[in-house]
Amino acid sequence: MRKALQKRMEAQKYVWEGAIPLQIHLHESQVTTLPPPPPALILAPRIGYLPLLVPLIKPHFRSTLPPGVDTIWFEYRGLPLKWYIPTGVLFDLLCAEPERPWNITVHFRGYPGNVLIPCDGEDSVKWSFINSLKEAAYIINGNCKNVMNMSQSDQLELWHSVMNEHVQVDCPAIEKCLFKFFRLVLAGNLEAYLRVSSKLKLATIEDEYTSLCSSKSQQGSGETDFTGQVKTGRVPVRLYVWGLSEDFDDLEDISQVDSWEKISYVNRPVEIHKEGKCFTLHDAMKNLLPEFFSDESLSDSKLAGVDFEDVQKIPSEDVSSNKVVEDRGQNAYEHREACYISSSAEIKLIRIQGIEPKLEIPFSWLVNNLLNPDHFLHICVCVKVPQ
Amino acid sequence: MMDVCNWDGTVSAKDFRIGALSFAQKWESLNSAFPPWSWVPCPKHSWLASHELLQEEGYLSLENICISRPNEEDIDQNSQTDPGEEETSCSEKEDDIDDATLVQSNHHELHYCDFHVVYSYTFRVPVLYLRAYCSDGRPLLLDEIEKELPACSSKELPETKWAFITQEEHPYLKRPWYKLHPCGTSEFMKLLFLGGDTAQPKLEVVLELYLLSWFSAVGQVVGLTIPCKMLNDR
Repeated sequence: MRKALQKRMEAQKYVWEGAIPLQIHLHESQVTTLPPPPPALILAPRIGYLPLLVPLIKPHFRSTLPPGVDTIWFEYRGLPLKWYIPTGVLFDLLCAEPERPWNITVHFRGYPGNVLIPCDGEDSVKWSFINSLKEAAYIINGNCKNVMNMSQSDQLELWHSVMNEHVQVDCPAIEKCLFKFFRLVLAGNLEAYLRVSSKLKLATIEDEYTSLCSSKSQQGSGETDFTGQVKTGRVPVRLYVWGLSEDFDDLEDISQVDSWEKISYVNRPVEIHKEGKCFTLHDAMKNLLPEFFSDESLSDSKLAGVDFEDVQKIPSEDVSSNKVVEDRGQNAYEHREACYISSSAEIKLIRIQGIEPKLEIPFSWLVNNLLNPDHFLHICVCVKVPQ
Repeated sequence: MMDVCNWDGTVSAKDFRIGALSFAQKWESLNSAFPPWSWVPCPKHSWLASHELLQEEGYLSLENICISRPNEEDIDQNSQTDPGEEETSCSEKEDDIDDATLVQSNHHELHYCDFHVVYSYTFRVPVLYLRAYCSDGRPLLLDEIEKELPACSSKELPETKWAFITQEEHPYLKRPWYKLHPCGTSEFMKLLFLGGDTAQPKLEVVLELYLLSWFSAVGQVVGLTIPCKMLNDR
């Protein structure tokens, strides 16, 4: 058991320290000097947010900026970047074929207020983070009292532990195809974060990987509460689904995301029903995107956590006495009603924290190891849809 | 049979959709004088045409509502409600805006508001989104909105202890809108039905009246009220 715990700390540390090398270019409309300034090279934490890098970026470009008020925003190949999405998620979503370094553009003027919510720097990001944390707390505990009741100092400590401090990396000698990045001190404090967040008592779901490994199974068969329901848990998930109408063999062949219309944002919790079988990533995907799974896949797939027989046992929605109970588990039950898109629609890619996990992986492992500090599991999915 | 006293004040997405459709229908059939709420179907994925998915998602919409407070002169000019009926505090944009009156008054430009009721999968309750703008389309900032809808303000809302207003991306339209945060909704919905000494209603009745009840509480914050007819006809 201790070994599993140690492994979990390792995995969390790995995730915490994950970073994306960025090469940040100033938009040409704001370059007022010749020669134009070189791009800023920054190692951005995956779990962080782009506006937090501004204290490093601004000094780099200060001498070339036009006079006036700065309203900073970022863009990748014309697409304004949503600052409230963690940096790692933006990278996993928008760079099908990971680009290292990731070349993005910074603007100091012309904030696209019709597309992006205003950002007033660190404070805006902090409040967005705390709101997400409240949401996650509500999903896990059924209320957000623990977050609402956090002391001011705890709130600040939590926030500061998330805000890694980065040291800008300067590359004196840049050769055409060769970049050397040196990882300098990442002062982000995982220990401080764990200390404060443990006060929030955000229960983690039982690690099925661990219990599968141990000789005795720890899962009861259908523990029920007083309403007669099998015990369930809700997991905070944010799903970003990129729909592509073209088929592709290689990630390099995919056309660029040029609009947020091509990405659907599904902010819905996954409901886990403990029915004695391991709940896998595949099951979670069926829960979140039932329209991509045919009924046939429920019955024959060995990967599925739910047998077809179990599906038939689910009470019919005509029985009014069970109405509210069923509706509670709507994600699982309603997919029989949801229209399956077509056999040519398929999920091509799933990325979490830059990793492409296998579908058979226990979902609980992903939850216990790959969460962002806001306690959400951010999942990037690329799907192919019929034209 | 699940007892209503075990109900936690939330509803499923399906119940919300059914409730919203019937709310819109009822509103229109009973209140032709008032601007109608309409159900706007929306695909789950923006890159999928909605007809491809049997199970439609969507939201309730009420748009182009003038939220500017009328001057004394305007009230006389624009009064259109039957004194016998309960009136809404929002008036139709296209009616009774007399240019001559506006010239005489303080040149205050008119402000309008769109209201959307969207289901939250996290909190399992309806959530109110709003967006305000001038007649030329310029979006209003929060402090300008708070002048027209003072109950929405960051000062008054915390007093109610169940809501506050934040700027977030509209879940379907993907543009910045203001959202009335739903943290305490399930609690007050539970209280609405279960608080007090009257006999507890059946769960089916609760779910049917859910949206109406929700609206009567939330609407007050933004100055929208429900006409008597809707409440009496049950």
